[in-house]
Amino acid sequence: MEMVINCHENNMLRFAAEHPEVLVLSADLGTSCEVKQFRSRFPDRYLTMGIAEQNMCSWAAGLCREGFRPFLHTFAVFLYRRILDQVEMSVAYPNLPVVFVGFVPGITTPGGVSHQSINDVAVMRSVPNMAVFDIGDATEIECVLDLAYAYNGPVYIRMLRKEVPRLFPADQPMEFNRARTLSRGTDLLLLSSSICTEEAMRATAALRQRGVSIQHMHVSTLKPFTDPALLQAAQEVRYGVITIENHLKIGGLGSAMADLMAEHGVQKRMVKIGLDGYAHGASKLYLMKKYGLDATNIIQAAESLLGASTGITEADLTAARFEDFLEV
Amino acid sequence: MERTTLTAIEKAAKEIRKQILKIALERGGCYLAQACSSAEIVATLYMEVMNLGPSQGAWRPAPFPGVPGPGNMDYQKGSLYNGLPAPDRDRFFVSCCHYASVIYSALAATGRICPDCMDKFNVDGWNMEMIGAEHSPGFENTAGSLGQTVSIAAGTAHARKLRGESGRVFCLLGDGELQEGQTWECVQAASYYQLENFIIVVDANGQQVEGAIEHQMVLEPLPARFAAFGAECVTCDGHAPEEIIAAANTAHPGKPLVILCRTRGTTGIPPLEKRWPYLHFVRISEAERAEYQAVYDAM
Repeated sequence: MEMVINCHENNMLRFAAEHPEVLVLSADLGTSCEVKQFRSRFPDRYLTMGIAEQNMCSWAAGLCREGFRPFLHTFAVFLYRRILDQVEMSVAYPNLPVVFVGFVPGITTPGGVSHQSINDVAVMRSVPNMAVFDIGDATEIECVLDLAYAYNGPVYIRMLRKEVPRLFPADQPMEFNRARTLSRGTDLLLLSSSICTEEAMRATAALRQRGVSIQHMHVSTLKPFTDPALLQAAQEVRYGVITIENHLKIGGLGSAMADLMAEHGVQKRMVKIGLDGYAHGASKLYLMKKYGLDATNIIQAAESLLGASTGITEADLTAARFEDFLEV
Repeated sequence: MERTTLTAIEKAAKEIRKQILKIALERGGCYLAQACSSAEIVATLYMEVMNLGPSQGAWRPAPFPGVPGPGNMDYQKGSLYNGLPAPDRDRFFVSCCHYASVIYSALAATGRICPDCMDKFNVDGWNMEMIGAEHSPGFENTAGSLGQTVSIAAGTAHARKLRGESGRVFCLLGDGELQEGQTWECVQAASYYQLENFIIVVDANGQQVEGAIEHQMVLEPLPARFAAFGAECVTCDGHAPEEIIAAANTAHPGKPLVILCRTRGTTGIPPLEKRWPYLHFVRISEAERAEYQAVYDAM
């Protein structure tokens, strides 16, 4: 699998060169959020706001009102949990196109509970006017800034950094409010987002080998959540729907899909895979296994919906990709 | 300073107080003390200190235009009452938006909205809400959550500095609001970016919801505190227009300016002294009505 290094770093440079009104605001984590080169390339467009996220958010609203396009860079957790009132009253209510680029989403950081944004999708989806993107691979990183720029309002992005796999062809860009179909089938619908899509692909390969007809779709626009293909897929599968996300089970991808199905009277069983509560500091792979955000758990969910064993064991799954312990 | 200008400001300030006392008498209460403490400040800003264009807002109040959103961005902005933005014009942000009645009355007193606009103040379905937002006459933004507007105003000043505009950005704050940590995050950042086009005006009336500020939290010494965060801070009598004007003319190269206006929330309406410092929202009981009516009649 192709691994792309510092994909956002390079894309941000490309994007900023095309849009002179784009500014980067940092709260002392720019070097951890792949905007180090941006600072040296565009020093006048890189605004250090200090370790003071509340002011950074409202300040960005002022810049935005004057026609600049601020892109706030810090860890995801500091862009919603710490400053929700600023997000809502300074930016979301007036529908200003401020972009919140949140890094190390969910359990992608060994930084522990203070650094892990486990309910950011739930919170940000509940903020009126806000669009929510959850990035899954390098191709999406290369697309998401342009999608955020084109959106008429504030945007929250769960961004990935450092070594990111390219799961989707570079010439098949991410589309706004459109899921990406990775496997077609009629027995089960599997929805995945963020880092869980790689696990879902491992599970799907094994399930297909055992004759399970599985529809796998990767979802990166979590709000709005009105892609008709998602509803159609849920209506067409025989046994039910599985969702897996790098997030709490409440308020994220699974909840959004459950809402959609209930609103349209789709009477299918559903298994939501996600976190049940706060996590702790450890490596990503360890945490994914510990909290069941992995292919093994998807197989179990599929067997539960199918009402039959597939006979798939750990040995039947392709090896999980090793990822080194990254800095906090 | 021309004496005629000062006289006109004092007259407008008196009119602001009178309008809000009228509302308080008609409806049993209002944010009356805020009018008493800030009437001269707001009148002086509008009539002498700020360089605003003529109002572009509708002459009469309008129905609430709806919540902003992708399909509703062209509603009438409250800032239109402060004139169209232009590179050399000033901008005015009101953080202490409980002062909405003061702002509406100031707009009326300075001919920016119809004289009887307060008839629609706090009336269901209209844009003259009790606590102002984007659409309320005189307001740039939604300021009800304290501590945020100062940062929004500073961000605006920063944007204007980046564009090389000569106009300034004024932000009116209450003093209780200075307890919000974000205020100080903002002042340190405004100092870092040397926003000499940014002017904070504080109505330091020494009161907050639960009573006198000194009985809630340590805030003083404010001039030293602002200075320590890198701003130029000048103190004046907030009921003396000539002092406010002089303070606004203080040189502050490379720094934001803070005009600390010492005021009292009872000025011009003596019966209020009896309830100091519990003046956040003044209700007038039937028993007190005659006393306040007499003050009104003498105005």
